Amino acid sequence: MLSRVAENIYWMARYVERAENTARVVMVNANLLLDLPRGVAPGWEPLIWITGSTELFEARYKSYGERQVVKFLLGDEDSACSIISYLRQARENARAIRDIIPRESWEQLNALVLGTRASLQQGLTKGGRYAYLKSVIHGCQGLTGMLAGTMNHDQGYHFLRIGRNLERADMTTRIIDVRSADLLPGESELRPFETIQWVSVLKSLTAYQMYRRSRQLRVTRPDVLRFLFQSDEFPRAVYHCMEAVEASIAPLPRSDSALRLIGRIKRQIQEADVGSLRQDDLHAYIDALQLIFGDLHGEIATTWFLPQAQVQTQSA
Amino acid sequence: MPIDWKQYRSEGFYDEIIGPRGGPRRSARHLARHLAQMDAAELTARQAAADLAITEMGITFTVYCDESGGAIDRAWPFDIIPRIIPESEWRRVEEGLKQRVTALNLFIDDLYHEQKVVRDGVFPEAVLKSSSNFRPQCVGVNPPYGVWAHICGSDLVRDADGTFYVLEDNLRVPSGVSYMLENRLVTKRVFPELFEDYAPLPVDDYPSQLFDTLATLSPRPADYPEVVVLTPGIYNSAYFEHAYLAQQMGCELVEGRDLFVDDDDCVYMRTVDGPARVDVIYRRVDDLFLDPEAFRPDSMLGVPGLLRAWKAGNVGLANAPGAGVADDKVVYSYVPELIRYYLDQDPVIPNVPTLRCMEPEVLKHVLTNLDTLVVKPANESGGYGMIVGPASTQKEREAFAVQLRKDPRNYIAQPTLRLSTVPTVVDSQVEPRHVDLRPFILSADRQYVTTGGLTRVALRRGSLVVNSSQGGGSKDTWIVPQGEE
Repeated sequence: MLSRVAENIYWMARYVERAENTARVVMVNANLLLDLPRGVAPGWEPLIWITGSTELFEARYKSYGERQVVKFLLGDEDSACSIISYLRQARENARAIRDIIPRESWEQLNALVLGTRASLQQGLTKGGRYAYLKSVIHGCQGLTGMLAGTMNHDQGYHFLRIGRNLERADMTTRIIDVRSADLLPGESELRPFETIQWVSVLKSLTAYQMYRRSRQLRVTRPDVLRFLFQSDEFPRAVYHCMEAVEASIAPLPRSDSALRLIGRIKRQIQEADVGSLRQDDLHAYIDALQLIFGDLHGEIATTWFLPQAQVQTQSA
Repeated sequence: MPIDWKQYRSEGFYDEIIGPRGGPRRSARHLARHLAQMDAAELTARQAAADLAITEMGITFTVYCDESGGAIDRAWPFDIIPRIIPESEWRRVEEGLKQRVTALNLFIDDLYHEQKVVRDGVFPEAVLKSSSNFRPQCVGVNPPYGVWAHICGSDLVRDADGTFYVLEDNLRVPSGVSYMLENRLVTKRVFPELFEDYAPLPVDDYPSQLFDTLATLSPRPADYPEVVVLTPGIYNSAYFEHAYLAQQMGCELVEGRDLFVDDDDCVYMRTVDGPARVDVIYRRVDDLFLDPEAFRPDSMLGVPGLLRAWKAGNVGLANAPGAGVADDKVVYSYVPELIRYYLDQDPVIPNVPTLRCMEPEVLKHVLTNLDTLVVKPANESGGYGMIVGPASTQKEREAFAVQLRKDPRNYIAQPTLRLSTVPTVVDSQVEPRHVDLRPFILSADRQYVTTGGLTRVALRRGSLVVNSSQGGGSKDTWIVPQGEE
């Protein structure tokens, strides 16, 4: 397999995953706001933190209103942080490897880009948003399933899984980082709402039902954190994602040093007592994880992708 | 309201479906009857189904790109009514194309060796000297079978009496074959019942024929030589086709940066498993960009040392660098003579009568008759830089005359042809539109011609320009066996 092709597959998977996660985050935030009491609502700003695009956003919009944030994340083609631009970048990568991915998958991705763009106005209305985001999530999941079911499970497929799971792990930590910040002022009568907050964290990751099944506990911060970081069963848990990356890297040639790095990341996840971390420590821990995910990407790129001089710039 | 063929008029042109008396031609009877049963709503629905299929299948061509937006894809404009050509007629065309390409390859090989054709006074030295596509770097090279143009796309047109003429030969990196293949798939989706009346000859063996042709160029005898398709990248207008052909042949689609030439003068591609030797490159990158060491040093699309590897016989290149010397409209005007010179045969398919503006008398004649002639630059493709006299304004002709006087060697003139027409869906009705045909000819150890080719159609009323970059569309082309005529 060509190094460039491996790289395109990897980025295609990352962008599709990123589009899906962005849709999830917007959907859950909208629901959360409906449940929280007035005045407590954290608003829409945290979504911009999650995507790490504060600077870009502030350059374009004056306030963190619902309309602005949703537009930025759904349909702003210039923002490079919107669902549409993620899908478009996924398609650009797919275009460069049209000969590798099954034709139906290309058609599906192409249709997803066109459809998402065509019905954007619907997605920007409060009433149409749910159906719109749901169709984005379904489209991405459908694509993932189609690739799993129709593409040779060869080296290319390994790079697809590496990209998807690395992106997923990264996004899970971002969502936890932002969503776990204490939404509620002091030790007040608002405690019941803390449960709602953590339920919302789980729901952003479609983790609520699975959490219930595997934990049978009430929803508390320590348990949710342990579940989302350390579960080896839940597919969006950070640990599980790393195991998937490891399984796809292992069969590749010259994988020693990448495997060593993953071993270290896995230990870092397993050994941390995430349940008892307070907010600042949790934040620092997540920062450290994100840095090391960056290292892992770097290791993958140097080992298997085109040498730097041959690579066109590609934003991470 | 169903289609009324009595309302259909293609005055003064050869219509390929409807004969001069208003009734359908023999080979098109079923088609005409079938269309006559459809009303406007159904016709529109079928056309919409085809457009949807094309959008979803992602059959596109790239128009241009801007820095932020990436490539701009336009859906491939397609008309659902197929064009029908009887097989008996087609076999003759096929024979003529093989004859033509054989002569052209002998000509190219001669130019890069002894140049007998020049010494024997058949082809003027002056034309060769001023050719922008002659590559001195290629002199003395001996590609396998003496073949330089392995893939040729020749454009055919029919004039008012229905005779096929060759309009031009594309020997550099001709494109369009993927659309020919895709058009058939779309027709099968939207007009399945027509296939009950006709069994058009299949077109889909082209990719395997192409692979076999390329495989014979491998320097290493092997059952599965490593054949790759070299593309300039996703911003090229024909990128869709490059990806499509690579996929259909099961080859890697590579860009210049994927390849390198090592100290052993062999070509390798960078893979996840390390370097892998490449045997044959189907290059869709223009000569001048192929190898910055040998040609343009600023090329980012090529592979340094590629020409060296090819000359050393370590890699096959199709088409061979330098093959474009015969892809010159002035050279085109000599093809009938070349066929006689090299093969001692009369041309099976005639050329369109062509005037060479480099001859002073001719230039004078062309300048005074600009309003009736079509004048084209010798080395452009895509319909750029040409003038169609009858459709031009006085101002355009004056501006064109200035260009023409500056560089007469670079222009040829032809009569404005009365291109044949085929019924085409326009606003829920059928109207005649002008067409041409681009078949593809493969040459190596043996020759192969596509069954039919890509029919391009000028979608604007009265327009004679069929290039997709100039608002043209396409049609499925059916070669129909004898018994069904």
